[in-house]
Amino acid sequence: MAGVSAWLPFARAAAIGWMPVANGPMPVAPRDHSKRKDELIVLNVSGRRFQTWRTTLDRYPDSLLGSSEKEFFFNEETKEYFFDRDPDSFRSILNFYRTGKLHYPRYECISAYDEELAFFGIIPEIIGDCCYEEYKDRKRENVERLQDDQEENKDLKLPNMTARETMWRAFENPHTSTMALVFYYVTGFFIAISVLTNVVETVPCGTSTQQKEVPCGERYTVAFFCMDTACVMIFTVEYLMRLFAAPSRYHFMRSVMSIIDVVAILPYYIGLVMTDNEDVSGAFVTLRVFRVFRIFKFSRHSQGLRILGYTLKSCASELGFLLFSLTMAIIIFATVMFYAEKGSSSTKFTSIPASFWYTIVTMTTLGYGDMVPKTIAGKIFGSICSLSGVLVIALPVPVIVSNFSRIYHQNQRADKRRAQKVQKARLARIRIAKTGSTNAFLQSKRSGLLDELLELTGTEADEQKLSKSVSLLESQHYHLLYCLEKTTAHEFVDEQAFEQNNLETALQSYTSPSPSPSSSHGESTSTCCGCRARRKNTPPYHHHHPQRGPLQELSAIHIQCVDPASHKTSRSSLNQKAEDGGRVNCRRGQVTTAIISLQTPPRRPPPPPIPPQAPPSIQTMSSSHIVKVSAL
Amino acid sequence: MLSLDGLEMIAVLVVMGLFIKVLEQFGMFEPVGGEDSIEDDFELSTVCHRPESMDKLQEQTKFTKKELQVLYRGFKNECPSGVVNEENFKTIYSQFFPQGDSSMYAHFLFEAFDTDKNGSVSFEDFVFGLSIILRGTINDRLNWAFNLYDLNKDGCITKEEMLDIMKSIYDMMGKCTYPNMQDEAPREHVENFFQKMDRNKDGVVTIEEFIESCQKDENIMQSMQLFDNVI
Repeated sequence: MAGVSAWLPFARAAAIGWMPVANGPMPVAPRDHSKRKDELIVLNVSGRRFQTWRTTLDRYPDSLLGSSEKEFFFNEETKEYFFDRDPDSFRSILNFYRTGKLHYPRYECISAYDEELAFFGIIPEIIGDCCYEEYKDRKRENVERLQDDQEENKDLKLPNMTARETMWRAFENPHTSTMALVFYYVTGFFIAISVLTNVVETVPCGTSTQQKEVPCGERYTVAFFCMDTACVMIFTVEYLMRLFAAPSRYHFMRSVMSIIDVVAILPYYIGLVMTDNEDVSGAFVTLRVFRVFRIFKFSRHSQGLRILGYTLKSCASELGFLLFSLTMAIIIFATVMFYAEKGSSSTKFTSIPASFWYTIVTMTTLGYGDMVPKTIAGKIFGSICSLSGVLVIALPVPVIVSNFSRIYHQNQRADKRRAQKVQKARLARIRIAKTGSTNAFLQSKRSGLLDELLELTGTEADEQKLSKSVSLLESQHYHLLYCLEKTTAHEFVDEQAFEQNNLETALQSYTSPSPSPSSSHGESTSTCCGCRARRKNTPPYHHHHPQRGPLQELSAIHIQCVDPASHKTSRSSLNQKAEDGGRVNCRRGQVTTAIISLQTPPRRPPPPPIPPQAPPSIQTMSSSHIVKVSAL
Repeated sequence: MLSLDGLEMIAVLVVMGLFIKVLEQFGMFEPVGGEDSIEDDFELSTVCHRPESMDKLQEQTKFTKKELQVLYRGFKNECPSGVVNEENFKTIYSQFFPQGDSSMYAHFLFEAFDTDKNGSVSFEDFVFGLSIILRGTINDRLNWAFNLYDLNKDGCITKEEMLDIMKSIYDMMGKCTYPNMQDEAPREHVENFFQKMDRNKDGVVTIEEFIESCQKDENIMQSMQLFDNVI
């Protein structure tokens, strides 16, 4: 592809060969007005300088570097293009321009590389053939891993699940509810019982009256029949329940597990139907063989078994190859052995199919010894046969083994029980980190208020002590959050305060006048200050009503919708540092630790519903108009 | 002594063959003949051609130093070994004409550029050719074009040669054209051409006829200068 732009002048020049044969005038050639001389441009990527010709970059005009988009990154002072990206990945991107082939460096993380490509406007599909396989494999692994992590969420109980869906969920993921777990173990137990009875049935159980060894099945016919019936009952019920709960019945009926279920219980029913028919009793006996399929029901209970089945399915081609090569070798060697042993007397190699048995036994290195060559030629060929057998079998086996190992480890990693715990711990850590920042915000708010407090009452020294050094970035962030608060007339509080308030408004709608600082709770907004201040300026209003709007979950922002009129007046002035001067009456020392709900100052009685002059109670305000943000 | 039957004979031979193979593995037995020819193939592909110095090229062609630099960089990028063989040439040229089949015309071009007929176009050939096309006089260019058309280089263009050229040019258009490509189009075009160019109606176009006719045609004269600013 790089050749295209470099050789375009040549191709155009070669077009002169068409001119004499052309019948009419040619269109005018486009003029290159910006007849730039080919110049070196400097690309500064995080300090590492790359230099290349401008025309090299112009080869791919639909990428960032080839189009005018790079002008956005031009640094006037140093006359170079500065990109704040990873210089290591940039190497391969620049090489793409130079050579026309995009290579994927193996040490690079796949998602980081994808991001770089997206930034520079290059589609990953043009990765050269040499690296494309690797890239695709890594990408697929990554996607699978992410999918596995997301499958955890499947287990969450969505609200409004019908009984049917709940049942299906219980069947598919036994650890989601105790009921499901019980069911899981009960079915497992019965499968085991059923298989065990099938086995024990055939064990000779002591002699009967005729001095003959009788299998247990014939001695205790009734007992075994009852056991069998019970198991089949359970299996039938289970199957019918699964069928009922399945979201797509057709799909379910076609799935492997349901077929196994059916095959497991069918012999019993068929046996019930045909007990008295002597002709088909032979077939009846055969049917009992199928009872052993019940053991496959264990694959719902055992992940390893499922993986084995899946591996065999995915290694179908290797298995097919193994089978084919074995068959070829068997036929060849059987023929040779037959003709080699033809001469010797009383030989067991009576025909070529008879020699098949010898060949198979020898190639798989079993060597029963029931058929042995006697002639010299036979012995020579027999030894060659056994040596080649080892080779032919050993070749495809590692492929199957490695497949199994890969799939097994993948499933181990996606083990839901373990991952759930890990995921929970991880999320908890992330949440703590985020609340750390929330708390920092809340703290700065308080200290901001405190600053004004101290401005008016305290000394300079106190103020300096208390004012935290907040970086410019943080202060800008906090300003942004303030603006949001003002816009929505809601406030940020932390989780504990929120819970506490919920609890209290549930218990009592009107606060008690006594301020009881339960300082055990974490930081909380000093809403007292705000309302107190506002009290002086704003007209009275009636505080909250216990009514509460629907609690909406908005990606971790919980907004409790209440009477909009009330909160506009209550919250809006909380952070107005400029206007309200009367806020100093806040309880000083305890601002930082007191809980919102109980910060009622002594002189403020709780207001009845529509008090003309009664000030709003803090608790109610704070409880009803709380915006909780757990993820900033 | 041992009377061996047929199959036993075969068995013994097989055993002996395996024995020899084992000895070969241990390096104690060099088989006669069969030199490894694979290594030889690797030699050929690393042939590298270096062009003459830039000063000489500057004298011989009408390009400036800068232009030669740009040309060489493009050339070397695409052909690191320094020469283009016909396959590469066709690949490069086909990138510009994705719709049709440009292999035939590329072949003719290759023949025209490969002046020393050694099967590969070196940078000198490349630059000489371009110099004529882009910086030469009109007569030079017409000569070059005549050389392109004259496939067997005998000094005159026959109808068959012209037909081949015409077909190759039309092939580059591909199937999807408007109006639909007729099979007779090349032939008709050739007839037109000969009508215009063949003065003495002897069925061939010589170089003098060619140049004379072209000089009379305004369109051709103008279009010959169309690509002057390509480099």
